[in-house]
Amino acid sequence: MSWINDTGPLGDVVLSSRVRLARNLSDTPFPSIADKSMTDSVIHRVHRSVSGQGSPIRSQYQFLAMGDLAPTDREILVEKHLASPDLLENPERSAILINREEICSIMVNEEDHIRMQCIFPGYQLRKALEYLNRIDDVLEGQLPYAYDADLGYLTCCPTNLGTGMRASVMMHLPLLVGTGQMKAIIQTLPKIGVAVRGLYGEGSEAIGDIYQISNQITLGASEEEIIMSLEVVTKQIVDKEKEARRRVMERGRVHFEDGIWRAYGTMTHARVMDLNEFMSLLSKVRLGVEMGIIPNVDISTINELMVMGQPAHLKKYRDGDTAIKDLDEVRARVVAEKLRQ
Amino acid sequence: MLCQECKKNPATVHVTKIVNNIKTELHLCQSCAGEREDLNWFSPISINDFMAGFLNPIKPTRAADTIPTLRCDKCGMDYRQFKEIGRFGCDNCYRVFKDEIHPIIKRIQGGATRHTGKVPASHGARLNTNKEIEDLKRQLQSAINIEAYEEAARIRDRIKQLEKKQEQGG
Repeated sequence: MSWINDTGPLGDVVLSSRVRLARNLSDTPFPSIADKSMTDSVIHRVHRSVSGQGSPIRSQYQFLAMGDLAPTDREILVEKHLASPDLLENPERSAILINREEICSIMVNEEDHIRMQCIFPGYQLRKALEYLNRIDDVLEGQLPYAYDADLGYLTCCPTNLGTGMRASVMMHLPLLVGTGQMKAIIQTLPKIGVAVRGLYGEGSEAIGDIYQISNQITLGASEEEIIMSLEVVTKQIVDKEKEARRRVMERGRVHFEDGIWRAYGTMTHARVMDLNEFMSLLSKVRLGVEMGIIPNVDISTINELMVMGQPAHLKKYRDGDTAIKDLDEVRARVVAEKLRQ
Repeated sequence: MLCQECKKNPATVHVTKIVNNIKTELHLCQSCAGEREDLNWFSPISINDFMAGFLNPIKPTRAADTIPTLRCDKCGMDYRQFKEIGRFGCDNCYRVFKDEIHPIIKRIQGGATRHTGKVPASHGARLNTNKEIEDLKRQLQSAINIEAYEEAARIRDRIKQLEKKQEQGG
C-alpha cells in the first residue's frame, strides 16, 4: 500500500519514508547534454530492462512517456510524490515507470539517466532501501552503470556522488512549530549532515507543518550508515514532538481540543478554501486524528485529502464538472465531501 | 532539569560529546548554549546554495589560464562549462577533471573523497566482502557511540564471520 492510503511505524508523526538512488549509464552522456536520440535510447533501454523478457519485475510496472501525458496528469504524479518537479522540465525527453501499488517509481532522464525511488508509509527507511536495492540489482544486471571504485556511482551533479542515495523522512510537526522549537532544529540539523525543509509552500515559508529531513552527504558513508543516522535524528524529533503534544494536553486540554474541532468544523462547512488555509486547517485536523481527539477519521483519509486538495488534483476533478471554475470552491467541496464520508 | 551554566532556565539543549572515548554530558538552556563556542553550530547553510562558491575556489589548483583548455574527450564538455552549470557531461568528465574537482568534492561531501557504500555485483565479490567488512567496522563504531550494544554485538559477529570466509579464500 502506498504512503497515501496506509500508515506505518511512528505513523502519528511520520507520514512517509523515501529512498532515492541516482544511476547513470557509462556509455551515454548525461541528460544535461545528451541529444534527443540519446535520451530516447536511454528511455528504451531502461524500459526494456524493467519490462522486457526475463525481468523478474516485468509485469509490475506501468510505463509512461512524459510527453504523452497532459500537463495536469504530469503534475498529479508530482503531487503524489511519484515524480520530481525536475522530471517535468523536459517532457519530450523523459519517462517514468511506476509500480502498481505506487510504492516505487523509476524516473528516466531527470538530472541523471535513472532516478529510482521507493516510498513506504510511516518510518520504514530500511525497508524502502531493501526494496529499492532489488530493483537496482535488476537494472544493474542489464545496463552498464557509471561506477568508479573510488568515487562510487557517478552522477551528473557531484552532490549526489558515491551512493547516489537520498533518504528522506516526511513528518508532521505542528507542536514543534507552535512552540518555536522547529527554528532551532532547522538551524542545527545541517551541522550534523541532515538537511531539513518544509515540504509545502514556496521558498522558506513552510505551510501545513509538514517537514522533510534528508541526508546531505552521499559520499564516504554507506547506505546503511546514512540511514542509521537519519533514524537516530527521526526518533529524536518524533520524541520531542510527542512530548510537546503531551504537555499541551496537560496544560489545557479543552482549549486545545477546541482549536482542533473548530478547524474540523471549518473544513466540513466552508464553501471557499485557498491552499494556505487548507493546509493549515488540515494540519490541525491531522493532529486531532493523530492524537485520537477526532475518532471517526483515519490518517489515510487525511493523507488522501492532502493530495486531493493540491492544485493539479483539483483541476482534474473540476474537468469532470464545468459548473464551478474557482479552484478554491472546488477544494472546499472536495474537502467537505471527503470528511463527511 | 535546570541549565548547568546559569542554573536558572530549564535545560533544553542536551549534548553528549565523545572525545577520545571520554563521554561528557551537557544540559544547557538555549541562551547559554548559544554563547558556547564549542556548541556554536547554529548557522543554517544549505550545501546547494554554496555550490557556486565551491566551484569558484579562491585559489585555483592550476594556473587559471590552463583550466579552460581541459576538455572531456568523450562528451566534449570543458572545465569552464562545468564551472558554469555545476553539472558533468558524462562519467569520463570525472576522470578528465579529476585534479580540479577533488577539492570541490571534498568540500561538498563533508570531507569525504572515497565511496564506501554499495558495490555493483559486476565489480567482484571479493571487493564486496572487503567493503562490507570496512562498512561493518564503521557501523560497529557508530553503534558503540550511540550505546546500542546489542546491535554492536550482532555486527561484531558478522565481521568475524566475513573475515573467516575471506581467510578460507572465498
